[in-house]
Amino acid sequence: MNDNGPIVIVGGGHAGAQLCNALAGAGLGARVHLVCDEAELPYQRPPLSKAFLKDAQQAVQLHRAEAWYAEAGITLHRGDAVVAIDRAAKLVRLRSGAVLPYAQLVLATGAVARTLPALPVTLANVAALRSAADARRLRSLLGAAQHVTVLGGGFIGLEIAATARAQGKQVTVLESAPRLLSRSVSPELAEHVLATHRASGIDLRLGVKVGDFVVEGDRLASLSVDGQPHAVELLVMGIGAAPQTQLAQDAGLACDNAIVVDAALRTSDPSILAVGDCASFPEHGSDRRLRLESVQNANDQARTALATLTGQPEPYRALPWFWSEQGSLRLQMAGLMPADGVRHRRAGATPASFSILHYVGERLACVESVNAPLDHMAARKLLETAKSPAPAVACDPAVALKTLA
Amino acid sequence: MPDITFILADGSELGFEAPESVSLMQAATGYGVPGIVAECGGSAMCATCHVHVDPAWAGRLPTPRPDELAMLECTAAERSATSRLSCQIRLDASLQGLVVRVPDRQY
Repeated sequence: MNDNGPIVIVGGGHAGAQLCNALAGAGLGARVHLVCDEAELPYQRPPLSKAFLKDAQQAVQLHRAEAWYAEAGITLHRGDAVVAIDRAAKLVRLRSGAVLPYAQLVLATGAVARTLPALPVTLANVAALRSAADARRLRSLLGAAQHVTVLGGGFIGLEIAATARAQGKQVTVLESAPRLLSRSVSPELAEHVLATHRASGIDLRLGVKVGDFVVEGDRLASLSVDGQPHAVELLVMGIGAAPQTQLAQDAGLACDNAIVVDAALRTSDPSILAVGDCASFPEHGSDRRLRLESVQNANDQARTALATLTGQPEPYRALPWFWSEQGSLRLQMAGLMPADGVRHRRAGATPASFSILHYVGERLACVESVNAPLDHMAARKLLETAKSPAPAVACDPAVALKTLA
Repeated sequence: MPDITFILADGSELGFEAPESVSLMQAATGYGVPGIVAECGGSAMCATCHVHVDPAWAGRLPTPRPDELAMLECTAAERSATSRLSCQIRLDASLQGLVVRVPDRQY
């Protein structure tokens, strides 16, 4: 794998941008081509559901300024996309007609927001949020709206709902599951999130059946919630994201919902890697596969990809961590929530601040923190070093968690 | 916008003019200042954009908010009296000549 030819990165999200940084840091920038579908330079996505939506003057935050790429010797192909991979000839074809040969190819194609066939975002008052262009459109729609309906009570839906509520909008969130965030957080945390949003004035409805979409002209006029009509001024889709695998599938690479990679992030073709939201990787120390949508995973996989690209592969084993800011809630998660864990609550300084520690047997497996950043950082240290203080000690508010790390 | 200087862990200096209306972290990452990682992109969630502000400048910055103070207790390199998260420092003309030191590690 340690060739001297071109390294082509497909996708300028967090993983692609971080890989550019890593390769430039290793002195390999001159071999790198970054192909980004979007016209913008790679930018930070987390602010797009928060501060960016509130302030019409706010620009996207770039990972690196344009001059940095030139200095590093990285060739940017912005506003262009890879349309085909020719694995036999080791080249990619771009939408513009250009052809780029590669010695090593990295797919960082990310994920796209899921939509419903009946509710295309081409409708004038239906929006989804993934890219900066989406965020600009949503910002403009939000600015003009009094009432916002969010379909889906996942992280992005709830972040947008909290942002809109903070702007004084009337906000309704419709979630079909009986609770919020059911796949990613504990019932106790979900209950706290629910209560906090309801207390802020968000009309949050769980276990609802949504249908009967009435489209008039280019607008969604209404939908039904449990059979009752619900007028729609602006609908935001927050029903998750799907990994972008088409390019890999067309090239005959192994895919199983996402692009299948080994522990060193190589696809079924060892000259091609996949990183970030689009990759399904083996979890370290278990026999299951994971696909994670997070900044942490994108950044850490970029580092593992650098090791593989430079001929020193090492297994990906970074601790997953994640955060979400929803109005007054700062949620921080370290480790993945186990299905079979026993949960213990660690109180924080205020009722709005606490952590939930998940144990599998005697092993600490995951810590969810609300407005408790110190405990979150300590939890990351504990989990990274596989330390498992007894629950009675770890949940004693008189003991600072970091003293156990 | 202000000219700012980063003194790197190896003692070398990087000085440049920051772009309009950005944080110190954004100025650093945009330029590619080694040692400013800024994993969370400015949400005060990761403490990997830690800097030591030159003592002459420390008192001239707005005081940290509680979020930042909490994260400053979690920096990888030892916290000093003038430690700040660069993502929480907004640059304006009053910070012309700002000098900060980059710690030797952020993890």
